[in-house]
Amino acid sequence: MSFFSGAPFFGAVFIIAMLALFLGYTERPLKWLNVVTSILVVGFVLVEKPKQLFFFLMFYIIELVLVKGYLKIRTEKGRQVVTYRIAVFLSIVPLILCKAGEVVCLYHIKWFQFVGISYLTFRCVQMIIESYDGVIKEIKVLDFTIFLLFFPTFSCGPIDRSRRFVEDFHKVYKRQEYLELFGIGLEKIFLGLVYKNVIATLFFQIMGELAKETMVEKFIHIYSYGFYMFFDFAGYSLMAIGVAYMLGIKVPENFKKPFLSVDMKDFWARWHISLSEWFRDFIFSRFIMLSMKKKWFPTRLFGASVGFIINMSVMGLWHGPSVHYILYGLYHGVLLALTEIYQKKSKFYKRNKKKKVYRFVSWFITFQLVMFGFLIFSGQLSTY
Amino acid sequence: MEEKILDILEEVCEDSDVRDDLDMDLFEEDLLDSLAFAELLVAIEDQLGVVIAPSEVTRDDMNTANKIIQMVQSKAN
Repeated sequence: MSFFSGAPFFGAVFIIAMLALFLGYTERPLKWLNVVTSILVVGFVLVEKPKQLFFFLMFYIIELVLVKGYLKIRTEKGRQVVTYRIAVFLSIVPLILCKAGEVVCLYHIKWFQFVGISYLTFRCVQMIIESYDGVIKEIKVLDFTIFLLFFPTFSCGPIDRSRRFVEDFHKVYKRQEYLELFGIGLEKIFLGLVYKNVIATLFFQIMGELAKETMVEKFIHIYSYGFYMFFDFAGYSLMAIGVAYMLGIKVPENFKKPFLSVDMKDFWARWHISLSEWFRDFIFSRFIMLSMKKKWFPTRLFGASVGFIINMSVMGLWHGPSVHYILYGLYHGVLLALTEIYQKKSKFYKRNKKKKVYRFVSWFITFQLVMFGFLIFSGQLSTY
Repeated sequence: MEEKILDILEEVCEDSDVRDDLDMDLFEEDLLDSLAFAELLVAIEDQLGVVIAPSEVTRDDMNTANKIIQMVQSKAN
């Protein structure tokens, strides 16, 4: 069984949805249904490769010990920067080992390579960071487990926040409210299916049938890939969100019409939102705040530019230790830094930013930059 | 306290308009963005001693001057 494809998975979702509907309609808690079905579904997916299941269980135990252990230290000893940094570092060690196995000279390392580790790591790290902040005061083993294991978002997100998730998880809905949620969920699943299985497939076929010989063909190819990326991933996200809604969990949205963005900052507020907001809250903002307190940079703008480049480079690297992913991150980091400098310094921008013509030109340029970014991301840049 | 927060906002947003309408959506009006928001949190911590973590609040909790004032006051108590 694999997530969001094939008859076994959708068959399981259908049965789970019917059970959820019964529980929701009769105003009973959905909590235990979530726990049992998530263990079963994730178990069935991972057990196909027993090594994956083994590493997932190792990962789960390590992270549970780290998250609970750090919270205990934090409660007893207060905010200690050193223990905090060690805990954060240890929590990303499994992900580092997993990604190291993708580097050519380290192919023999096959540790922690299981579906979803990239996304699960975010959820664990954020719990440690929020414990340090003093925002999280308690983490129950059951809450931790279901937050990690929740099957709709297990492998590819959207990346939820633990406090928000746990609140939904314990909620018992009134009939009307639940039925509304179920309806929205159903709608999202159908839209997601159309996005992923109809529109994305169509663009994929166009790419397959087109030779990349003439300039026009090359352009169509590049744009088709961009649209394919969007409809494939946005479709997947919609389905994940839809199933989550049926189970009473209002997982955050992941895309908001990204191709209408008028500048690169706007793009990242619309594209893979749960990822970019995670990076904003846990890397970018913290880097900016630290650099301001320690006065690392002569000007705010300089600090911000460095912040954007670091933030996006880490994001690129997170996709995998390949040159094209790192380039992709750097590309977006530099573009965001340039956008920031331009918007803060240019009088032309301030005078014209609200004019229709300006917005249209800005949208057009942004669209090309975004598409070029996907081309870097695809790792196919050198074939054009 | 309120006056101090408005001073901070004016400095961070680089615009005195923030005082005109305390219920104006600062993100929608382009007065606050991710960067300015981080600066705002540092200034609140430095000048008022109130620590707010970036992931602690959602944008909807702190998108107007009034909401920011309310949030800081509730955290200060």
